[in-house]
Amino acid sequence: MRKKFLIFFIITISLIFTIRLFSLQILNPDFEKLSQNNAVLAISEYPERGLIFDRNKKLIVGNEPTFDLLMVPENVYAFDTILLTKILKVEKKIIVENINKANKFSKRLPSVIISEIPKNQYAIFQEHMWKFNGFFIQKRSNRNYKIPIASNILGYISEVNSNDLKNDSYYKTGELIGRQGIEKTYEKLLRGTKGKKFLQKDRFNRIIGPYNNGVFDIKKQRAENLILTIDSDLQLYGEKLMKNKRGGIVAIEPKTGEILALITSPSYNPNLLVGKKRSINYKMLLTDSISKPLFDRGLQALYPPGSPFKLVNGLIGLQEKVITKNTQFKCNKGHFYAKGSFMECLCGNNLRKKLHNAIYKSCNTYFAKTFTRIISDSGKTKENLNNWKKHVESFGFGNYLGYDLPIGKKGFIPDSDYYDKIYDYQNWNSTTIISNSIGQGEILTTPIQLANLAAIISNRGYYYKPHFLKSERLVNSQYTEKIVTSIDSLNYEIIIDGMRDVVEKGTAKIAKINNIEICGKTGTAENFTLIDNIKTQLTDHSIFIAFAPKDDPKIALAVFVENGYWGSRWAAPIGSLAIEKYLNKDVNRKWLEAKIMNGSLENEYMKVVSGRKFKINE
Amino acid sequence: MNKKLFLFDWLTFLVYIVLSLFGILNIYSSTFSESEVFFNYSSPAFRQFLFMIISIFIGVLIINFNTNFFQQFSSLIYIFSIILLLGLFIFGETIRASTSWYNFFGINFQPTDFAKLATSLAVAKLMSEIEINIKKNKDLLKLVILISLPSILIILQNDLGSSIVFASFFFVFFREGLSYNYFIAILLILSLSLMALVLPTTLLFLIILFVILFLYSLSKKNNKKTKILPYIFTLFACIIYILSVNYVFNNVFEQRHRDRINIFLGKEYDSKGIGYNLNQSIIAIGSGGFNGKGFLKGTQTKGDFVPEQHTDYIFSTIGEEWGFWGCFGLIFLYTILILRIIFRSENHKNKFCRIFSYSISSILTIHFMINIGMSLGLFPTIGIPLPLISYGGSSFIAFSCMIFIYLNLDLNRLN
Repeated sequence: MRKKFLIFFIITISLIFTIRLFSLQILNPDFEKLSQNNAVLAISEYPERGLIFDRNKKLIVGNEPTFDLLMVPENVYAFDTILLTKILKVEKKIIVENINKANKFSKRLPSVIISEIPKNQYAIFQEHMWKFNGFFIQKRSNRNYKIPIASNILGYISEVNSNDLKNDSYYKTGELIGRQGIEKTYEKLLRGTKGKKFLQKDRFNRIIGPYNNGVFDIKKQRAENLILTIDSDLQLYGEKLMKNKRGGIVAIEPKTGEILALITSPSYNPNLLVGKKRSINYKMLLTDSISKPLFDRGLQALYPPGSPFKLVNGLIGLQEKVITKNTQFKCNKGHFYAKGSFMECLCGNNLRKKLHNAIYKSCNTYFAKTFTRIISDSGKTKENLNNWKKHVESFGFGNYLGYDLPIGKKGFIPDSDYYDKIYDYQNWNSTTIISNSIGQGEILTTPIQLANLAAIISNRGYYYKPHFLKSERLVNSQYTEKIVTSIDSLNYEIIIDGMRDVVEKGTAKIAKINNIEICGKTGTAENFTLIDNIKTQLTDHSIFIAFAPKDDPKIALAVFVENGYWGSRWAAPIGSLAIEKYLNKDVNRKWLEAKIMNGSLENEYMKVVSGRKFKINE
Repeated sequence: MNKKLFLFDWLTFLVYIVLSLFGILNIYSSTFSESEVFFNYSSPAFRQFLFMIISIFIGVLIINFNTNFFQQFSSLIYIFSIILLLGLFIFGETIRASTSWYNFFGINFQPTDFAKLATSLAVAKLMSEIEINIKKNKDLLKLVILISLPSILIILQNDLGSSIVFASFFFVFFREGLSYNYFIAILLILSLSLMALVLPTTLLFLIILFVILFLYSLSKKNNKKTKILPYIFTLFACIIYILSVNYVFNNVFEQRHRDRINIFLGKEYDSKGIGYNLNQSIIAIGSGGFNGKGFLKGTQTKGDFVPEQHTDYIFSTIGEEWGFWGCFGLIFLYTILILRIIFRSENHKNKFCRIFSYSISSILTIHFMINIGMSLGLFPTIGIPLPLISYGGSSFIAFSCMIFIYLNLDLNRLN
């Protein structure tokens, strides 16, 4: 017994140790994680966000470094708060508050104390860095808009929210994501792919080198720089022209579908949505319910297209052979389209008109009668209306155009079901829906759809889906697919001749430029709003679509000026100036330019909100 | 000579070599830094390697000594080691709060581990004398004084941990016929001390009162003549002991001892302060898993999370980098070494040889139990090395000498 005591003792101890080891090393998997948390630090490495250039390789959006001050509470010793407030120009209260928050969040993990310290303050702080134990600086990159334009196209970036985190596991709290515009559509190209670096820490939380020689590291992948189809000069010019007016300009290169400019007014300076003041500014923009700067009128606003839509009806009439280019209709300052229903026409006193004259004089009567023939042909009203709709839709109306921005509206093209519903299956015929002939009535379009119409006409019958990205990526994509309308190309020539004379001697003489052959069509669209729940008519929208040059079209555009009254008053000069700027790079008609740029419609817009009675179409 | 080669305890020698090399490997890993090369005198692994070469050199000398030398000179060696311990009070260097180091020309030397060796020799010598009988209280007292002298000196040098190792001679005394009463008394004292520290004093009093009353009534039932006086005496002895344990704990122990004991008893939980070492050691060992993270790949080890990792906490490096199988292998080898020495000592005809060898295995056992137990959180933090594995020249050479003297005695058992 005595001899065996030590033997039993040592065997027992060894067994206890083995059991303990077994439970620590094999049964308990938590230690693996604990030691990882202890000793391994995973850092995300972000590639610099892609730059954005315009079609002439001019830099629109760049990056600018900013600096965040971070703190690890457990490493902080007493420090000079006053010095910190002096260098960084922050109130003491804010620093104390953020430090308390950081303490609550975690003692061991870094928290941001002051974000987005400008370069010059950072430089001073760096010299005093050694006095602030436990603090460190993290570089970040902000967007920097070299030319403050096109905020509606570009969108902006901001920190991910809980929704983004739920939807895409790629993102982690505090990272940036593209919101709206190009930043959102091409988020994956612009952000690249973040990498991961694993570092070995020691017990003082100091980094002592790569973990395991970096074999687990994931390399970051370069972000892509984007070239847009936008011409920044034209965009800037257009934004100047639209100042103090509401509406939009959409300009497209017809041969490619590339969008040259997309202007919405009022807009905002994209630099407002960068950095510290982003959320305050965003709130301000979002709650401006009067001028709605975040609302892209070029893509989202639904307007009755007005007279430019006559061109579509003319084309359908020719295609359906209910008229020819020689068909004549009588107009006597209007006509009775039904018993007691008179449609006014301001095209002058010509008694009989051919299609050509009807276009450049913008004769309501001619297109009303053409529309009647289209719809009433052979007495099959419903079939004809649906057939008409099919033609209209082949122009891209009534649906999203498929461009590469995340917002838009379909617009509206009525069909027989629609009228069956509102007129209860009876009592409707071509005369009931006659307003559609002149682009009023139920039709609703967006400016980009009208710009696309101009492009289609200039191409004599086809278009490419409008888009913003100029890249080889788009080869063989939906954007290089030619979309042909249901109208024969020969029919377009008749319309185009008419459009040329709109500018030469018709309603848009003001748009004439000496050495450029412009084809255009003005529009003056009636519109209504609800004021205190009463449908109230407002001053007409001023509309103009055009393309130029006639035989080798390089630009097609649509201009909408809300409540601008005559198409020739605002929209036509704006369109004309934009074309001149784009094609000639310089504008000769300084007087017109000055008149438009200085012109304001603010008084017109104030009428609606003034609460008083007002006159329209002054 | 051929016969000698045949008789030599190759197994023990082999285990000694394997443990030492494994130790050097882990010291290298624990102190590894990219910039340092192995062949550098300031590299602990290289120094340990030199200590090993010196030890083997000394070992060859020791094995060739006449066996009688050790018995004859044991008293002298013992006295010499006591002088060395006393000399510390004048010449000693203080390292980590303990004044237990000499500094000769930049080389630190700790006499504590040699005191263990010398005491083993002295105990073996005294017990092997014919007129000595451990069952006699007078002789036992002599032995206790023999042990107490160095251990008290070591306590006075503020190295409580090392002095505890002298308790390993209890195994030797017990083996050689110490009365069971002492055994029971020691168990009783240990459990009373533990309870005194863990339980509230009043509760403990009540428990003891209840137990003693129960024993008394039980005994009264069987034997009507049972006197109450011895029971009352025991009761008071217990109460006084408990009070004195609390007094010693609160007034004699230093804060660091109290902290260590409190953490071990689970009274305090503190992962950053005192309990930090232990916590990090357990994380390191636990994260090793079955296979370990691999040589030089331990993150805890690389990050220096476990302080004293190349000395007292070397087991955590082994646990992290070599995993369960590595730890098990080490424990297995150690058990083999200790058992081998025990079995071979039992075969000695010579009492001196037997008692000395038995002392060696007892000392190894205590070191093994306390060091690994501490790394695994089964024992309070007591800073003593894992023999042959932990870094430290004095310790390594002292333990090597113990093993080589054992090998010498074992080799010459037939003389």
